[in-house]
Amino acid sequence: MQITMRGISKAFGPVRVLEGVDFTLAAGEIHALMGENGAGKSTLMKILCGVYQADAGTLTIDGAPVTIRNTTDAEALGIAIIHQELNLIPQLSVMENLFLGREPQRLGIVDSRRMRAEASEWLALVGAGQIDPAAEAGSLSIGQQQLVEIAKALSLNAQVLIMDEPTAALTEREIETLFAIMADLKNRGVAIVYVSHRMEEIFAVCDRISVLRDGRFAGERVIAQTGFDEIVRLMVGREIGDRFPRRAAQPGALRLQVRELADDGNIAGISFEVRAGEVLGVAGLMGAGRSEILKTLFGVNRKTHGDIVLDGVALQASNPAAAIAAGIGFVTEDRKSQGLVLGMSVRENATLVHLDEYASAGIVNSRAERAAVNQLIADLHIRTRDAELDVKSLSGGNQQKVVFAKWLAQPPKVLLLDEPTRGVDVGGKAEIYHIINRLAAAGTAIVMVSSELPEVLAMSDRILVMHQGRQAGVFDAATATQESIMTAATGGN
Amino acid sequence: MTPQQKATLQKLGPFIALLIVSVGLSVMSPDFLTVGNLMNVLRQVSINALIAFGMTLVILLGGIDLSVGSILAVSSVLTAMLMKAGCDPLLATLIGIAIGALMGSINGLVIAKGKVAPFIATLGMMTVLRGLSLVFSNGSPITGFHSDFFSLLGGGYIAGLMPIPVVWTLLMFGVFWFVLKKTVFGRHVYATGGNAEAARLSGVKTDRMQIGVYTLSGTMAAMAGVVLTSRLNSAQPTAGAGYELDAIAAVVLGGTSLTGGRGWIFGTLVGALLIGVLNNGLNLMGVSSFYQQVIKGVVILLAVLLDRAGKK
Ligand SMILES: Nc1ncnc2c1ncn2[C@@H]1O[C@H](COP(=O)(O)OP(=O)(O)OP(=O)(O)O)[C@@H](O)[C@H]1O
Ligand SMILES: [Mg+2]
Repeated sequence: MQITMRGISKAFGPVRVLEGVDFTLAAGEIHALMGENGAGKSTLMKILCGVYQADAGTLTIDGAPVTIRNTTDAEALGIAIIHQELNLIPQLSVMENLFLGREPQRLGIVDSRRMRAEASEWLALVGAGQIDPAAEAGSLSIGQQQLVEIAKALSLNAQVLIMDEPTAALTEREIETLFAIMADLKNRGVAIVYVSHRMEEIFAVCDRISVLRDGRFAGERVIAQTGFDEIVRLMVGREIGDRFPRRAAQPGALRLQVRELADDGNIAGISFEVRAGEVLGVAGLMGAGRSEILKTLFGVNRKTHGDIVLDGVALQASNPAAAIAAGIGFVTEDRKSQGLVLGMSVRENATLVHLDEYASAGIVNSRAERAAVNQLIADLHIRTRDAELDVKSLSGGNQQKVVFAKWLAQPPKVLLLDEPTRGVDVGGKAEIYHIINRLAAAGTAIVMVSSELPEVLAMSDRILVMHQGRQAGVFDAATATQESIMTAATGGN
Repeated sequence: MTPQQKATLQKLGPFIALLIVSVGLSVMSPDFLTVGNLMNVLRQVSINALIAFGMTLVILLGGIDLSVGSILAVSSVLTAMLMKAGCDPLLATLIGIAIGALMGSINGLVIAKGKVAPFIATLGMMTVLRGLSLVFSNGSPITGFHSDFFSLLGGGYIAGLMPIPVVWTLLMFGVFWFVLKKTVFGRHVYATGGNAEAARLSGVKTDRMQIGVYTLSGTMAAMAGVVLTSRLNSAQPTAGAGYELDAIAAVVLGGTSLTGGRGWIFGTLVGALLIGVLNNGLNLMGVSSFYQQVIKGVVILLAVLLDRAGKK
């Protein structure tokens, strides 16, 4: 199957998102689609799978013109998509989500036994055999939800599989499984579009790459004949400088001490220290309890054992408001459900945490608020036409920057970061790293959970590795390697 | 048209509907567009508007308050009983309003701390309080208290023209508008209604928000109760039955989303006016009260359908 999109244009109201984009996809290839946040990758893919209609342009499959009016049309043509934003219905079970709208039936009644068995098979295939098909989808971690989405797309047996940042919430182990599946699909002639901001992955699995810049087609290359610098140039039109900017700051006084921390059964025996100006990376596999450490520190999960000492004072924060008052900030992992109020504007989201800063006697000073927000938008290079736009109309990476912005109005003493660059483009990542460094230089102690090992290695001073809820060790980032961390994370020595 | 302009037009939908209905009525009934009648409409609208302002906050938070009609009755009965027993009218009024606030805060506590769904919690409160107002009043209206001050609250006029309840309504409209638009509390109402989890993780004390908002709703219901009692010069234990539905209708007509997080107080004022104008106009034209209900229901459905269509 050969798909050719020509001259695709799309506007949302006055905003022109795609302008005359060309894109081709061949059977048996893995085709990377890259571009900065907001370049239009997801929009282009949503047009291909019938979510949006193009304003102009043509689509041909094997030379024959085709129109895709809706997602049903796309499915009939064998096109399946794993959306960037997770779309599981939280109240339904995993298997009900997997087979939504095409439940296996017998005499018109849902055959739950078969549904369960088939769900288990698909989950096992993506390396998520430990997920109970009957569990409520909303109870899964975001990485597990991502795996369910992948299983769902695979179960459609599509000829064209679009993967919009499928690995953003996954750790090495699941990513390896996924890559093996992709290689297998490719051998069977499936065409795969792979959208990702993780450069290492692009070079590891893709055959060709197309790049979008500001909604225009910027070029197509064969992966074997290009490199990091050329791709970045195509994406941003300039050099981005250091990918991982160095930090000059010297660690200062002891800020955060954690001793023998435990919660209701997810983690136990966690002990570490972070100094002012230091970045502690937290690595580990999915479900190893990385996020749980942060949630317990922030008062979201109940602490059942251990001490947390902040600037020499024991911290008793049993809810987020208390943690924030004590000087802790938390950039959450799941921006859609925990990070943002999607129906509110960029401005209202950005000032949600520190609105008091721009208010006196409970009354907001709009002028001060607006000025601060515009400053944050400029500092973080958040791409939005204006601050009054609903945050949900921003591209994924820009939404992530808004989550970050919430905590910057008042630099916290301790900033907890859970996958802070999930879905952020190379340039944006570098900007976030600069912000992390700036905060560190100003004395913030940073604890950063990340599934992207190159990021953890480059940005941390020390790395805490988790294995099954326990800490497998704390490594000096200068001497640690991807291998040594993965070994510890999988329980080896 | 930019999205912002479209959104503004969208928001003004209820206002445009109100204008159209008003123009239609003034053509069809010569009595409609007279100062006397318009003041009459405003006075009739004020009770529903006061309740609906509180209800707006509740609905913005993603909740619902079914107990407002019963709160109105209970505080009306208690205020009247106090005055009859010789209590100072101002004090009795304040106590009546405080009782509404108290009942509202119990709603809030049950919802926030007891984790009971707002529909159920306030349904329970509605039934309990209706029962209590019958108990307190022994099932019959309370009359025979008189105070010039108290009669003014709901029955008086300013400059012989502007009913005092209308003044209360405009005043409270201003207060609620300001609170929602300009205060940290208002912003937190929208945030909690839009995404309670994200709000909580941003340090918003969402439990307190619930308690605060239901307290306000109870307070507004009690205030409406004072106005009603004063105007009728009697307290009925059965007063306010069904008022919760009128208030909810006004809020929804005004474009506030029942799922929370989206809406504004101006819409609610317009929604209440729309209902009031319809009632009045249909009365003037001599439409039977049976048909009035049918027409009102159809208008509400149409307005909400149009609103949905416009959002697509
Ligand atoms: N429904 C929409 N309404 C208005 N604007 C939209 C809508 N969807 C996307 N946009 C805008 O279109 C542009 C492209 O968005 P898109 O999601 O395609 O970017 P992307 O390349 O996938 O970015 P990312 O890497 O962040 O996922 C962005 O500027 C975004 O704000
Ligand atoms: Mg995207």
